[in-house]
Amino acid sequence: MLLKAALLNVELLLSLLAVGFVVGTIVAVLQVYGGRVLGVLAFVFEWVFRSIPPLVLLFLVYFGPERFGLSISRFLSATIALGLCSSGYQSQIFRGAIQSISSGQMMAARALGMSRTCAIASVILPQALRLSIPGWSNEFSGVMKDTTLAYVVGYNELLRSARAIMDRHYDAAMLSFLTVAIIFLVLTYTGNRALGWLEERTRIPGLQVAGWSEEGHS
Amino acid sequence: MNTPLLKVEDIHKRYGNEEVLRGVSFEVNRGETKVFIGPSGTGKSTLLRCVNQLTPPDKGQVFLEGTEVTHHKSDINRLRASIGFVFQDFNLFAHLTAMQNVSIGPSKVTRMHKEQAQARALAELERVGLGDKANAYPAQLSGGQQQRVSIARALAMDPKLILFDEPTSALDPELIGEVLEVMIELAREGMTMLCVTHEMGFARSVANEIIFMEHGVIVEQGPPQQMFTNPQHQRTGEFLRKISELYGETEK
Repeated sequence: MLLKAALLNVELLLSLLAVGFVVGTIVAVLQVYGGRVLGVLAFVFEWVFRSIPPLVLLFLVYFGPERFGLSISRFLSATIALGLCSSGYQSQIFRGAIQSISSGQMMAARALGMSRTCAIASVILPQALRLSIPGWSNEFSGVMKDTTLAYVVGYNELLRSARAIMDRHYDAAMLSFLTVAIIFLVLTYTGNRALGWLEERTRIPGLQVAGWSEEGHS
Repeated sequence: MNTPLLKVEDIHKRYGNEEVLRGVSFEVNRGETKVFIGPSGTGKSTLLRCVNQLTPPDKGQVFLEGTEVTHHKSDINRLRASIGFVFQDFNLFAHLTAMQNVSIGPSKVTRMHKEQAQARALAELERVGLGDKANAYPAQLSGGQQQRVSIARALAMDPKLILFDEPTSALDPELIGEVLEVMIELAREGMTMLCVTHEMGFARSVANEIIFMEHGVIVEQGPPQQMFTNPQHQRTGEFLRKISELYGETEK
């Protein structure tokens, strides 16, 4: 039962990361290249979603539409609320990476006749996203845990299931919460290993944030 | 018929209080090589960047085959695609192999088919003597090799002219020769080239004209022979003597 619930957390994790990734990338690009107006809008967006506690945002997104007679599914509200929160953080990871790329890269792309958009898509982002992986795996571990917040809107995720077990068998409470903890240990470990693999797979000689290391050591 | 390939008229550029370019005009015909020299900070690199609008000038016009590059309605991306640019610090795309660096222009800008673009890239790499380095990343290449890849990258776009912004200044002395060789070869094949460089051996062997700039204006211009032996301005002579001494290359 708990393992099945854990799948719901993973599902939520993947969808909120996807929202955060897409929105975060757009916000980062606008902050760096968007010019004055779009840049300020992107900054306000990032400020708002990094400031509001995810739990508050979750309530707002879940209960807000109800006031207007609309209903929103638990899963969707959690994806939107937590995804937007994450997009604020992800945008800053991507922005840092974009700004670490030498301005000569953009200049060379423009000199070839690429449009700005084309240069961003085919020169800047492929480099920036690679450089973002280490910082991003940190965000990954963070939002992994945030998926339990969906508890409060009644999404039947892991913590809620553990809580349900406690309600029925009080003696098993500690056991079920410990199981939850262990499942998170395993999920985080697996996820970080996968990201490490991705970092290794996409590594390009000369393009990495790693510090100096002696030949043959890593 | 007689329109010059490139016509630059009265270019002005100011950074803050400093007027870097104070009215520069010149023309370039097809197949010519012009070399810009002058003390650092006299706006030579800025001038090159004004030609392809990487730095838009404050005032003045640039015409490529009669089309105004500086016009605000000009299709600047299309125009830039036909003007090659070789940077002092190469600026190869760090995440792409030598081959991909050269093929990205044709495939993304002129929408050439992938296989075709790759074949073209390989041909250009071979032209600069780097066919065997097609799969190397920039960080795996020496400075001289990187600069040759960047020349190949410019060539793959079939440029009408190539701008060279101090192409050998960032190189170790023993790597300069391989880059100059490629450039000399290009000039002899009839490529139109504008070069900011202090390599006087290069200037003497292939330049049609040397343009001496100081304080944002052209002081003097003329064929290398005349500039070296009979400069009209005292400053030109002084400067040429100085850099010839410094670079230790009088003949090539």
